[in-house]
Amino acid sequence: MQNTILRMNKIFFKILTLTIGFSFLYFPILTLIAYSFNDNKRVMVWKGFSFRWYKELFQNEQILEAFYTSIKIASLSATFATIMGVMIGFSLTRISKIPARPFFIFLSSSPLVMPEIILGLSLLLFFISSNHIIGFPSSKGQLTVLISHITFSVAFVAVIIQSRLSSYDKNIEEAAQDLGTIPNMIFWKITAPVILPSIISGWLLAFTLSLDDLVVASFTTGPGANTLPIVVFSKVRLGLSPEVNALSAIIMLIVVLAAISVYFINRSHIKK
Amino acid sequence: MIKLNLNSMTHQYSFLMIRYLKKQNFWFVFTPYFWLVLFFFIPLALIFKISISVSEWGMPPYRDLFSLSEEGFKIDSTLSNYLFIFSDPFYIRSYLNSLSLAFTSTILCLIIGYPIAFYVAKSQANIRIILLVLLIIPFWTSFLLRVYAWKVLLQGSGIINSILIHLGFITEPISMLHNHYAVILGVVYTYLPFMILPLYGYLVKFDLNLIDAANDLGAKPVNTFLKVILPLSLPGIIAGSMLVFIPVVGEFVIPEMLGGSDKLYFGKIIWDEFFVNRDWPVASALAMSGIVILVFPIVIFQLMYAKYNFKNE
Repeated sequence: MQNTILRMNKIFFKILTLTIGFSFLYFPILTLIAYSFNDNKRVMVWKGFSFRWYKELFQNEQILEAFYTSIKIASLSATFATIMGVMIGFSLTRISKIPARPFFIFLSSSPLVMPEIILGLSLLLFFISSNHIIGFPSSKGQLTVLISHITFSVAFVAVIIQSRLSSYDKNIEEAAQDLGTIPNMIFWKITAPVILPSIISGWLLAFTLSLDDLVVASFTTGPGANTLPIVVFSKVRLGLSPEVNALSAIIMLIVVLAAISVYFINRSHIKK
Repeated sequence: MIKLNLNSMTHQYSFLMIRYLKKQNFWFVFTPYFWLVLFFFIPLALIFKISISVSEWGMPPYRDLFSLSEEGFKIDSTLSNYLFIFSDPFYIRSYLNSLSLAFTSTILCLIIGYPIAFYVAKSQANIRIILLVLLIIPFWTSFLLRVYAWKVLLQGSGIINSILIHLGFITEPISMLHNHYAVILGVVYTYLPFMILPLYGYLVKFDLNLIDAANDLGAKPVNTFLKVILPLSLPGIIAGSMLVFIPVVGEFVIPEMLGGSDKLYFGKIIWDEFFVNRDWPVASALAMSGIVILVFPIVIFQLMYAKYNFKNE
């Protein structure tokens, strides 16, 4: 009897914790979505249900252009960062004779602990003086933002790839080597398929890092290269913006759809 | 004799080098190596260089460190930027504010995140996956928009004020924005998933039988937690704390959106020094000191922790 009460207590406490925890995580986002349907310029005063702000959002060229720029930079940056991240992960776990190896390890891991404001400042000063000395980059813009995003994303991808490469059985590669497979073949036929899930999650992480970045992009951007966070920040820095509410709701929808599809892919994977 | 020896040595060396290049795939290693030297290391070295340069009017707003003129080669360097920072309590206070913000919010994230991670990890498999997806959704949602959500909530006319007035706790809307409590709230909210997910990763691997075993052997629940569960989840606690602490130390966006002038933080100070005051040498000196004060301790801690783990294994 006492045991059942204890057990009930435990379950009650568990449900209570999870309810409070998840409400804390979701309450702000859900409020934002609810108010995105508010037909009032003053964000917090409810006037009536409407899609007005969605219409205005899709007519706002500044936001649409920034969205396009952000997606472009994020996908390019994620792709380059993933390629180089794989190279770093592979070099550090499989190649022992790298000149100044500790320096290489330092280079590939310190962007992880570097505050983004310092990273942004250093890259901006670098671009300015390299423009001064060799004339490249000719101006700040999408290219400089892209270079900066690649630079800080590489480290994150490298960590993911490295942990996967050092945890799986190296003997398979050695067996292939003993059987006379050429190194390139070993990489494409054995190593690449094994690390493919890590490559995908590395790419996705690099993509979100770039899409989410405000600070580094603010330092390194120039005319014609406003990313979405820069535009959103300029809109909400001093006040509220009903269009940004609508934008949040759309982004939430995309994320939820992505999460649901990941869930179903995972489930079919587990069933297999 | 000597010549022959040298010849064979160079021969052997070049042979090794060719083999090395072929076998190790030169570009595979050196593309990212060059990239990081060029776009990470050189920019940092440049900040250091500018931080010991003399400020000057003009563009760029500092005097070149090395100059070659009729009087000959001259090095124009100064430590005055650093002396300036460390003689002004304003700057020192901003470093301390950033450290205390990072420390407070890491502890709060841990206290709030641990029970959530624990109960999610201990749920039945099918519920667990749904809860996990629910944890990941805020993690992927734009960081800026989640901060903005709190700005909306905490407004004078915002929903929290309305609820409090409705419940009769207050009669007039109170100002909840633009102070450092709002900053802590915003930081805890946005970084909570970064704490929960690594904790979950360790707790889900945890064998439930260990708790039963401890209970059967007569351990009190508090002791079971302190002596069994906590030590086994320590790697998760450290990983999560690092993921919160490191970015929060340099945080710029959250204080800018939710904070006020009651406490200034390191990120904002650098931003203003560069964009508003246009004093590059002082901004660079602030960044360099930031690396030494805020980043080095973390790196040293991580190295020590890695060593400790290595010894124990």
